[in-house]
Amino acid sequence: MTRVALLVLPLVLAVAGCGGNQNTLDPASHAERSISNLFWVMFGVAIVGFAFIVFLLFLGWVRREQPSLPGGRGEAAATRIVLGFGVALPIVLLSALFIWSDFFVVRSTAAPAKGSTALTIHVTGHQWWWEVRYENSTAVTANEIHIPVGTRVGLVLTTADVIHSFWVPELNRKVDMIPGRENRLLLVADHPGIYRGQCAEFCGLQHAYMAVEVIAQPKAQFEAWLAHNAQPSARRDALFAENCSGCHEVRGTTAHADVGPDLTHFASRRTLAAVTLPNTPKNLRDWLRDPQHVKPGNRMPNLELSDADWRALQRYVESLR
Amino acid sequence: MAVVERIEHLEELWLERPGVLGWLTTVDHKRIGILYFWTTIVFFAAGGTEALLMRTQLAQADARVLSPETYDQLMTMHGVTMIFFFIIPMTTGAFGNYLVPLMIGARDMAFPRLNALSFWLFAGSGIFMYSSFLIGEAPNAGWFDYVPLALRQYNGGLNVDFYALGLIFNGAASTIGALNLIVTIFKLRAPGMSWNRMPLFCFALLAASLSLIFALPALTADCIFLELQRKLGFHFFDVAHGGDPLLWQHLFWLFGHPEVYIIVLPAFGIATSIIPTFARRRMVAFPLVAMAELLVAFIGFGVWAHHMFATGISTATLVFFAAASMMVVVPSTIQVYAWLMTVNLGTPDFRAPLMFIGGFIIFFVIGGLSGIMFAAVPVDQATTDTYFVVAHFHFIIFGAAVFPLLGGIYYWFPKVTGRMYDERLARWSFWLTFVGTSLTFFPMHIVGLLGMTRRVYTYRHGLGWDAYNLVETIGGFVLAAGLLLIAFNIVRSLRAGELAGRDPFHGGTLEWTVPSPPPHYNFAVIPTVTSAYPNWDARAREADLRRLERGELVLDGGHETPATTVNDAQVTEILEMPPESPWPIVLALAVTISAFFLLTEHYATAAGFLTLAVLTLAGWHAQEPGEA
Repeated sequence: MTRVALLVLPLVLAVAGCGGNQNTLDPASHAERSISNLFWVMFGVAIVGFAFIVFLLFLGWVRREQPSLPGGRGEAAATRIVLGFGVALPIVLLSALFIWSDFFVVRSTAAPAKGSTALTIHVTGHQWWWEVRYENSTAVTANEIHIPVGTRVGLVLTTADVIHSFWVPELNRKVDMIPGRENRLLLVADHPGIYRGQCAEFCGLQHAYMAVEVIAQPKAQFEAWLAHNAQPSARRDALFAENCSGCHEVRGTTAHADVGPDLTHFASRRTLAAVTLPNTPKNLRDWLRDPQHVKPGNRMPNLELSDADWRALQRYVESLR
Repeated sequence: MAVVERIEHLEELWLERPGVLGWLTTVDHKRIGILYFWTTIVFFAAGGTEALLMRTQLAQADARVLSPETYDQLMTMHGVTMIFFFIIPMTTGAFGNYLVPLMIGARDMAFPRLNALSFWLFAGSGIFMYSSFLIGEAPNAGWFDYVPLALRQYNGGLNVDFYALGLIFNGAASTIGALNLIVTIFKLRAPGMSWNRMPLFCFALLAASLSLIFALPALTADCIFLELQRKLGFHFFDVAHGGDPLLWQHLFWLFGHPEVYIIVLPAFGIATSIIPTFARRRMVAFPLVAMAELLVAFIGFGVWAHHMFATGISTATLVFFAAASMMVVVPSTIQVYAWLMTVNLGTPDFRAPLMFIGGFIIFFVIGGLSGIMFAAVPVDQATTDTYFVVAHFHFIIFGAAVFPLLGGIYYWFPKVTGRMYDERLARWSFWLTFVGTSLTFFPMHIVGLLGMTRRVYTYRHGLGWDAYNLVETIGGFVLAAGLLLIAFNIVRSLRAGELAGRDPFHGGTLEWTVPSPPPHYNFAVIPTVTSAYPNWDARAREADLRRLERGELVLDGGHETPATTVNDAQVTEILEMPPESPWPIVLALAVTISAFFLLTEHYATAAGFLTLAVLTLAGWHAQEPGEA
């Protein structure tokens, strides 16, 4: 009985909707809903199958003194059970599952055909952050992907270094980002909201803290965000140019590198270090001064600056709205 | 000659050198099996410690018990150790080596010196792999070692070189061992043991060995490609020069999925040994189970790409591999129902070995049912690379492969040592490991569905994963306590256990016809087999005794064992088996040293030691059996 209770736990959980916002079984799109429906049906059948096996084992224990099956049946009946439940039944069930899942459901998670989406976004995996570029726009951001709600968005997924895997559980399946390949994924969010995802393929030291947020907004809000993010920054800073421009870009300035994220509108982002910390003044201070403590092994070096310089640098990046 | 004299003569003929030197030069399959057993137990302890360290780090969100680098090394070595240095050598090396000749009525493996070589190469590869910890550069790119992360560009240390070279040599050891088992099963079965009378354990070992020799070349080739790229600048996986990182994955999983069946098949074999003994009747659907075991191994080669459903390969490919992955379910369900029906038709005595098999069936069914979910492509694409997969394959690898091993350790302990284990402690150890396994691995399904990805050294607080992870860690320590209790039981019973006698459980197969522990020559008279459960065949055993009295099939002209025809097991010739030899360990030592020089890029020296290894073959063959 305890085993059955354990098995039912995920059901209770998903119904309760507790589990942060990275829950495979809390779908917010057609594709993910079809996946989770498929899962629940398989789960239901699996529970029945499992219960039957446990029942047979239990029966063997209860009837341990009787050298026959109930009803006094012997080896011929037992062999028929092996053939019926061990061969015929699985073939029927698996064929049905195969046709439903691998011919029908698989279509809703397949790569979207070119031209079938209203917006294309290029997402590039880096050790250990996500670069996000919007097609037909100069907007560039990192670790958060703004999309208009209820719109078919096509993602083009590539990598700048090792293999990563893009996965936002409540919106769709996951797809690997592999050198030399362009994989495509459909992203549709039925409701406005923030959907968390994280890298699903082991990619080195900070695989654990390589998360991403998809922010689904009403169309007008999204358009305003995109227009704002397409603009370069008017602000320049000598300290930044000296210490940070080797790795980062701030459009409109001399900083043009691509090791770390584009920071043109950094201050308007929700999080730091690929959704590791909320973007608050205190967290930003900790992150700038000791990135190797916050996210050990990441590519951002600890710099030696005076306290005054640190404060000036923080003021500058906080001004990049 | 009287029976006693014949036996004394056999004792004298098969006696090996005493002491440590005897163990180093032994070619006796039983002593090699015992060497394998204790060596793999050491590796199991290492892999278990690695797991507990990881679980300690994961007990809480955002913990800093281990650095990411340390965690990655432990994670990689845990996988590599459990698969290559624990389960394969434990099942084929320890159980296969010790039991197959005894079950088929042979006096040794077909190639006794090769058998020793296989063990020493395996031990050498283990020492090589673990020496990486001494310089803090243990393999760190995961046991699956995906490129480009494993290339020099992203992984500059020796970590991955230890991995690749270590697995090449480990693979050589496993290949040699598997070939030996295949030839032994084909050619050394006792007269009368046609295929339909061969124990199902041997079918399982045959299927696993056949899988090994066809699967390992893919991994070996992959590792050679990787070393050529890392050390000599080749471009197998380099997109800029026409290579492809997916090549690594295809070759790796072309090995890696058959590997899963290599791991579980011997466990199935153990289950089909324990169940009939304690249910006190033969297996239901015996021929079906034998075919299912071979079929699993065969279909297992057509499913590898289901590890790659998220790579963006074409839908046609997805569908093919999904179909094959579903087909592989059927041979497994056949076996599950055959086991259950045997228990139901028999009068089962639920002693510790059978309890472990009961636990195994429950875990195997859970792992199997979650496994089917990965054959539904969309669900695979959602759950792959999450803790849902970690849960699934630990139910298979720990629940379905290690549980029968634990049951098997209790079951054959009296045979190997001549003493009984403590039944009461054994039952306690079952419940501890059963509860521990459930607590450790079951919540992983849930956190996986809640979005927790695999291979993470930590996770953010607030995603609803914390409590499950804490339970898993607690479960890990309960499980460890259960395993320690088994170890305690074994070590104590070695001295304090009651004398077991020849056949304490009334088992059906030939190993129970010989004394415990078995003598060096195994069988005083080569048994003549007339059924699948020869030890339950009193008349045939009496006929053996009369042959012993007459001196028929005693074969005491030297280290002799009969060779028989492949299908019907008719005696065709008497083989002269080689005596103990120092050459296998010398050869393995030379190969291991050359591995260290390859690692450090001293190619000329490495070649020198490899030449030395080849030269030892001259010594090896200088004294052939029959010429002594």
